[in-house]
Amino acid sequence: MLNPGLTEIVGRTFVGAESTTVSQESITNFALAIGEPETNVAPPTFAITITLDKSQELLQNSGLDWTRVVHGDQKFTSTRPIVAGDTLVCSSTIESARSVAGNEIVTVRSDLHNGEELVASSWSTLVVRA
Amino acid sequence: MSAFEVGQEIAPKSYPVTRELLVGYANASGDQNPIHQNEEFAKSVGLPDVIAHGMFTMALAGRYASEIAGNSGAIREFSARFTKPVVVPAGATVEVIFSAKVSEVTAESVKLDITATCNGEKVLGMTKALFNL
Repeated sequence: MLNPGLTEIVGRTFVGAESTTVSQESITNFALAIGEPETNVAPPTFAITITLDKSQELLQNSGLDWTRVVHGDQKFTSTRPIVAGDTLVCSSTIESARSVAGNEIVTVRSDLHNGEELVASSWSTLVVRA
Repeated sequence: MSAFEVGQEIAPKSYPVTRELLVGYANASGDQNPIHQNEEFAKSVGLPDVIAHGMFTMALAGRYASEIAGNSGAIREFSARFTKPVVVPAGATVEVIFSAKVSEVTAESVKLDITATCNGEKVLGMTKALFNL
């Protein structure tokens, strides 16, 4: 049975008041940590360094227990790679929430905008274990 | 003309995972969850040992796809399911092996189905990357 409180959180949105300005240092550190050669464009999963915190904040504000969260799946799309100097504002929305065998499964979409331009989107499916 | 054909199998690559690399990833990504660094804590929450960040394993799949694409800036879509954790014992170097098959080719882009295994078990599922030519 679907937890009634869970369906109510679908559609909740969190728009970051603060923007993140991407530095070449943060791109270089991320690339080196995953063994990619030094690059001036961010590796394909770099967006998670910005979106994960926001998803966490959104879920905590929605009353879900973050300490029992497991990452179920992840998707990224981008219109272009993130580069140093991008000033990204993250807006997150709970796209779906359901309960399966006592586990709560929540999908959070986060869009990263540089001004008016949508640069990248991230979908994180998080499982709150029973 | 594209050098890629549907059904083409890409040569596998193996990347190492160690406790030190997980600390490096934690610092670079900001994900400081202790299950990825602290053996005692990991075991206290019922895990067999320290496990790699799912996003670290996915980042390695992204590195593999980037090498196939020629550069990491070309990847426009990338998705994965975290099916099994990569367990990283103290002092060990664990190998994650990636392979891929071309599933779609258009005039502008190539889509890959990527497989990731560790000790013979699939650690990622439904791993797909689309890159621009």
